[in-house]
Amino acid sequence: MILTFDNVTLGYELHPAVHHLSLQIERGSLVALVGPNGAGKSTLLKGIIGQLTPLEGDIALHHTARSEVAYLPQQNQVDRSFPITVQEMVSLGTWNRIGAFGRLKSQHKRKVASALNKLGLQGFEKRLIGSLSGGQMQRVLFARLLMQEAELILLDEPFTGIDSRTTHDLIQLIHHWNAAGKTIISVLHDLEQIKSHFPTSLLLSRQAIAFGVTEEVLTPENMLKARELNEAFDDHADYCGEH
Amino acid sequence: MFDYLFAPFIEFAFMQRALIGCLAISLSAAPVGVFLMLRRMSLTGDAMAHAILPGAAVGFLIAGLSIEAMTIGGIIAGCTVAFLSGAVSRLTDVGEDTSMAAFYLISLAAGVLIISVNGSQVDLLHVLFGSALALTDAALYLLAVICSITLLVLASLFRPLVVECMDSQFLQSVSRLSPVAHFSFLVLVVLNLVGGFNALGTLMSVGMMILPSAAARYWVKSLDMLLLLSCLIALTGCYAGLLVSFHVGWPTSPSIILILGGTYVMSLVAGINGSVVKKLSKPKHLSA
Repeated sequence: MILTFDNVTLGYELHPAVHHLSLQIERGSLVALVGPNGAGKSTLLKGIIGQLTPLEGDIALHHTARSEVAYLPQQNQVDRSFPITVQEMVSLGTWNRIGAFGRLKSQHKRKVASALNKLGLQGFEKRLIGSLSGGQMQRVLFARLLMQEAELILLDEPFTGIDSRTTHDLIQLIHHWNAAGKTIISVLHDLEQIKSHFPTSLLLSRQAIAFGVTEEVLTPENMLKARELNEAFDDHADYCGEH
Repeated sequence: MFDYLFAPFIEFAFMQRALIGCLAISLSAAPVGVFLMLRRMSLTGDAMAHAILPGAAVGFLIAGLSIEAMTIGGIIAGCTVAFLSGAVSRLTDVGEDTSMAAFYLISLAAGVLIISVNGSQVDLLHVLFGSALALTDAALYLLAVICSITLLVLASLFRPLVVECMDSQFLQSVSRLSPVAHFSFLVLVVLNLVGGFNALGTLMSVGMMILPSAAARYWVKSLDMLLLLSCLIALTGCYAGLLVSFHVGWPTSPSIILILGGTYVMSLVAGINGSVVKKLSKPKHLSA
């Protein structure tokens, strides 16, 4: 077990984005986080990394430091016009080892070169990130994740707007991480992709609809229920626990 | 030629002091300006320059034309506005640009009120436009201290500051330095504006931050070259501005800022990265 949610409610102001979630994520599992837009998927990831404090309940990491959690937000969060090179961007993955002030040593530089190789980014080292295509940029962000050597990897829609070749390569990398014992939780929308590559799924619609083996979770009944619950957002709802 | 370019600085002590003061502020304000530009906060410099006014005015009322009192007052007022707007944007749903605009306007109105009720036009002109040719020892030391602090803080917080500008979500996921980088940077902006107002005046000192980096962007792409070139442009602009001011008899700070402004206009027209000439010329492309 690497992560437990104990009656967790996460939200903004009074509105719960994720309601009373209780479940456990086993170490080494490969979990797809599924649900309609606004179901609370990104909110849940923000809760795990501590960017958002639960309104209620507790999120606990087991035998894993916060620094061993890596997080890939949706791509539009990065300012691509900033003048930083691919090599510098990937080097930031060493943050947990060299911190904000340490020097990049030769062993780190070798690891950066190897990460760039693994992601097919040889020759791009000195390019500014602003000159990359969407797929190349995603490869750069995955190379940075690789450098972080995290135990728990959280991915928020990693394949949105990415071509099939790059998606294929990145999925192979995810399998490679998983085979090495890492736990991966990824927000995804492509159901076929999830069924082919992610053995475990959590279907979320502001609360857990189903969690477990992917084939049993992503049934038509469950998907319909998720859609209906997601539309039930009510500005005039009673306070939770007072009715 | 030698006489024209160097003699004023050899013969006159006040020109030497003006040069040293302006060089110090160039070295620290220009890199701060590069980060302001990269964070798309160029107008924040202008807002903060207005925000320090009541502090400087209160300092002036308490201690007269004292560098120390006006500086401390300016720093307190500037930091208060920076922290309040940062805190309000983090505690409420309203963005930092809005809260900063609201607080700097309140601060500016208070400053103008304090000056017009208690002071004279002359005092206001000093605060707004500075007096580079009459820098005292205290003002020079202050500029040197501010320059040193700025360079030290920029050097030590360089990595967090870069990541905060480019990908603050990543910084927040790997460290708790995000607010430290953000607020330290705002304090540097305030310090440089306060340092600059003795030499150039509150409004003109913003030009020392923004114009060199805005001009440099049309010539170079990488961050280290942006920092280097904007410092060089600021240093050259100060030197040339002081010379023009000496020979033609124009006021110093507008001369310096107009020369920097001229450099900016020349760069945006003829620079090698995305300038007007580049955009209008027939584009060439590689064969593959």
